[in-house]
Amino acid sequence: MTDLSTNTAGIHSPNPFWLASAPPANSGLQVQRAFEAGWGGAVWKTLGVAIQNVSSRFGGHTVHGVRGAGFSNIELITDRPLDVNLKEIAQTKRLFPRNPIIVSLMCESEQEWRDLINRSIDAGADGLELNFGCPHGMCERGMGSAVGQEPKLNERITSWAVRHSTVPVLVKLTPNVSDIVPHGLAAKRGGAHGVSLINTIKSIIAVDIDRFVPEPRVGALSTNGGYCGAAVKPIALHMVAALAREKSFGLPISGIGGVANWRDAVEFILLGASTVQVCTEVMLRGFGVVEDMVEGLQEYMRTHNFHSITEMVGKAVPAFSEWGDLDLNYETVAKIDASKCIGCQLCVAACHDGAHQCIHPVEGSRVPTIDEAECVGCNLCQIVCPAEGCIQMVKVDNGYASTSWNEHTQEGALIRPKKGVH
Amino acid sequence: MSAPLPRHRSETAFEDFKLPLLRGDAIAEATRCLFCHDAPCVQACPTEIDIPQFIRKIASDNVRSSAKTIFEANILGMSCARVCPVEVLCVGACVYNQSDQPPIAIGKLQRYATDRAYEEGWKFFDAGESTGKSVALLGAGPASLAAAHELRRFGHACTIFEKRGTIGGLNTTGVAPYKMKSDRALSEVEWILSIGGIDVKTGVTVGEQVSLAELEREYDAIFIGIGLGADSALGIQGEDLDGVHGAVEWIESMKLKALDLTQINRAVIIGGGNTALDAARETIGLGIRSVTMLYRGQREVMSGYAHELHAAVAEGVSVEWQATATALHGDDRISQVACVRLDEHKRPISESEFVIAADLVLMAIGQSKLTSLFATLPGIEIAGGRIRVDAAGWTGRPRWFAGGDCTNGGKEVVNAAAEGKRAAQAIHASLQEGGHG
Repeated sequence: MTDLSTNTAGIHSPNPFWLASAPPANSGLQVQRAFEAGWGGAVWKTLGVAIQNVSSRFGGHTVHGVRGAGFSNIELITDRPLDVNLKEIAQTKRLFPRNPIIVSLMCESEQEWRDLINRSIDAGADGLELNFGCPHGMCERGMGSAVGQEPKLNERITSWAVRHSTVPVLVKLTPNVSDIVPHGLAAKRGGAHGVSLINTIKSIIAVDIDRFVPEPRVGALSTNGGYCGAAVKPIALHMVAALAREKSFGLPISGIGGVANWRDAVEFILLGASTVQVCTEVMLRGFGVVEDMVEGLQEYMRTHNFHSITEMVGKAVPAFSEWGDLDLNYETVAKIDASKCIGCQLCVAACHDGAHQCIHPVEGSRVPTIDEAECVGCNLCQIVCPAEGCIQMVKVDNGYASTSWNEHTQEGALIRPKKGVH
Repeated sequence: MSAPLPRHRSETAFEDFKLPLLRGDAIAEATRCLFCHDAPCVQACPTEIDIPQFIRKIASDNVRSSAKTIFEANILGMSCARVCPVEVLCVGACVYNQSDQPPIAIGKLQRYATDRAYEEGWKFFDAGESTGKSVALLGAGPASLAAAHELRRFGHACTIFEKRGTIGGLNTTGVAPYKMKSDRALSEVEWILSIGGIDVKTGVTVGEQVSLAELEREYDAIFIGIGLGADSALGIQGEDLDGVHGAVEWIESMKLKALDLTQINRAVIIGGGNTALDAARETIGLGIRSVTMLYRGQREVMSGYAHELHAAVAEGVSVEWQATATALHGDDRISQVACVRLDEHKRPISESEFVIAADLVLMAIGQSKLTSLFATLPGIEIAGGRIRVDAAGWTGRPRWFAGGDCTNGGKEVVNAAAEGKRAAQAIHASLQEGGHG
């Protein structure tokens, strides 16, 4: 039997799927319905200073007919009264004692932080998440990503929170920085028990090309928003992995950014996250998406013989290396399985126009041929090929011993001749 | 210009067999297209429409450019989207047929873009600056229309001679009404003629009202696009009875008029080609209860498309394979078809005679050729009733070109469109260089 339960920084959850601090975790009724649907935990939409929202607030990025492949918002933290939120947190905790509620917070002075923390814990919070990530609206007022981008501020406010909290404190990091590591380390110095990342990416989602106004449009104006959804996953994966492999870091990670199904969750977990947080996919499809996330993760664990999430956490981190350590003598070439080829020749166009001109049409056949002497093993053909399993990248035994750039430049190790240079 | 159509015609009883795509469906289907390199669908299209490009433009909601891509290759793109046997052309060549996904609905996407162009009144082409040259085109069907439009883009004046009162050829008078009705075909004619400078003279038969010598004298080049002639007869007893018609002739009257079919309960269609299949599907579609096709050969050798046969059978048509009619009986009107079974060499099998009751018999065993007139012109060669042409549509006689059914023996609209356009390019080259003429 696979055990999906998790422990992120002392916050225990029946499964690794949490609602992120966002519109789906805005109210007691929503969070309760999410728990009924199978969500493990929820990070309550950020409590804090008084705000006023605008309309509209969201924008979608459509890619080849897929709506919401990317998503953006200019919504702020909760606009509901604090008392109402706290009452609903308490009520939800009573109804779902096993499901952790992590309360997201954002305010200014230490006094405000202390007050909010105390009241959240009194309401039943299992953990706190410090919103140092919001890249729109709040940062202009010195909060959100304005804190997350300043390691000193991050460390100081984290230390206040930790001092006043009796429950685990997670710091939610902003990706709007050049290198995530110093910011994770600042949270650690402040005493954080864990981090969650990434928050949204500063962005303009689209432009209304008839009105000449960016989106989402608020009357005649717009502003930069926070980008999220499936399209941001690669950025999030990198930042999670960068912290996970940093030897001086070592804090638990709750992964966020483009998790749309169980497979995405597995990737985050393998790169070091012990829980994942989801917003956009729920906003697009509703709480029911968790069913496949849970069952797909169980199936994955069963087929890979994992018994617990802990066994999986960070399993791919050791393989996340520096370019200079990659083996320059590892050589692959593309091979086409003619029995699977459907004859579209997308590989021909891709190789000729976008790669190294080594895949050629064959007179009298729709199945192209690969000039292996020229093939650099770049993968582009395999990526564009619509026929599953048709193009394989096959290792070539070239007789050269494994050698990295670092070994080559520092020790003069022998590297194979270049290919595809014509 | 073209004789007006009555509002109620027998063909108006039919609904479109393939429904048009709505915008969302079209974009979703277009998005599925792989945008193949050296795409097999293009190779399968006689007019070589750049199908991946026009589909990609639908996917990005750039429908106007999509329509332009289609019409640039085939000015009859609207009707071809409806009448092409895509199952054996572009759609049949789609690489998805080799996969576990259905092929792209190319015909429906082409209809989406071209219908939109008609709705919006988009026009893409202007006549070229006048060259002072003039071309006569014989027949007002798809081949001549495609040729004339292309010639106008080059700036040559065009005169089309049509013996009927109706323009558009078989697109107007012959296409199965569940694919396209005659009014739609006429809207295409109008759309093509709107380039201006194409004078259509209806009710003019070449060789009667206008002689070949006159044509040679008056015009710098002549394009023959006269199609095929009347339905062939079997040469059996009773073919002159009431209720016995050539299939092409009957289809034309069904498309252009309202026929009284209230007394018709049993139809027999003789033949195994696409005209026979059309006639069978049309008669059963009009409510004739019993429709039987008689074909001399086996299913495997019939020239009609398998997908059309499949549809006909699904609609209730029955087929007598390896059988033919030996006589038609009745007092003034047809009442019985005497039949005999045939062996694999199409020879009658003794004592295999049978009788089918019928009150309508349609002969769909081919059409006569109209080309004998041109045999009198040195340089023009007729083989098997077809005018011989080179790849560019030149007959071999200076200034004389030809295309469409009169050269290919009876193919699709899209073949006629391709041949007409190609001939127009050859005519233009000859008028410029003085070659061929």
